[in-house]
Amino acid sequence: MARATPEIPNASMADIAFLLLTFFLVTTTIANDRGLSIGLPPPLDPNQPIIKQQERNIFTIQVNSSDALLVEGEPMEDVSGLKEDIKRFILNNGADPHLSDSPEKAIVSYKTDRGTSHKRFVQILDIIQGAYYDIYAERAGVTNARFREAASDPANPESKAIYDKGREGIPMNISIAEPTKIGG
Amino acid sequence: MSKFKKKATVKQDIPTSSMPDVVFMLLFFFMVTTELRETSIEVQQRIPEASQLRKLQRKTLVTNLYIGEPKKTEQFGKEPKIQAEDVFIEPKDIILWVNREKDKLAENEREQLTVALKVDSEAKRGIIADVETELRKANARKLLYTVVQKREEK
Repeated sequence: MARATPEIPNASMADIAFLLLTFFLVTTTIANDRGLSIGLPPPLDPNQPIIKQQERNIFTIQVNSSDALLVEGEPMEDVSGLKEDIKRFILNNGADPHLSDSPEKAIVSYKTDRGTSHKRFVQILDIIQGAYYDIYAERAGVTNARFREAASDPANPESKAIYDKGREGIPMNISIAEPTKIGG
Repeated sequence: MSKFKKKATVKQDIPTSSMPDVVFMLLFFFMVTTELRETSIEVQQRIPEASQLRKLQRKTLVTNLYIGEPKKTEQFGKEPKIQAEDVFIEPKDIILWVNREKDKLAENEREQLTVALKVDSEAKRGIIADVETELRKANARKLLYTVVQKREEK
């Protein structure tokens, strides 16, 4: 006796799969969880005395409301040399009397205006952090990308060793000042 | 005429029997990588580029704030706004919002809360600085400016 074998028609399977695929293609957003990380200072305590830093230990970068740049009081158009300037400032170790005493004391002060665009802000912050990461990576003997990867993964002992070796004695002193209210 | 009617001697069909397999493979890829958003972003998000990116360690500790010009300018105006979850908030609401976000985490992890600021390129520093001031007050001091990777020029 011929028995009817139960079968699911599979000719339309590809169509169904395509439909689902299209749905996921459209709704998908690949999450972006990477960025420039900074730590904010603790809230202002009115009783805390203001500590004056020596002028030579501060590298000032200012951006105004029309996104123009002022580095150590001098206008700067082309930012390609800024990273090297910052590195020279940090690693000066007292050699040049206009630059920092020691990497530990060096502070990069970054001040913007309320009208500065976020794009410009990120561009300059990227350069400052890049200078620090380049220094760290060189000390640890790895590439910049590898160092940043290691810095994001402190649970791994190998990464921790790279991080500590690069960071030791050179804190990332980036001071992001309260923006001025002159323009914008 | 007959020149054009000549039949090809080679079989020209593309084999389609493996198509469902290929499609399913793609489907699974997208199903796995997809992340359904609970919130729809109501502000412009043209994320700036940078090269010195750091990856976040743990996603569960991250909470997002979106800042930019509202998409519906006729309804909300052109001034950049702050969006948390599904609503627009004012800088003064941030402390409350941070505390609510902290409550969602386990007690020992509350201090590690990282706020990812997803800010539009054209937004101004003023509003971001206001947010930062409030975050300092709320003691949520780990901050991340979300950016996209810039191609290395070398």
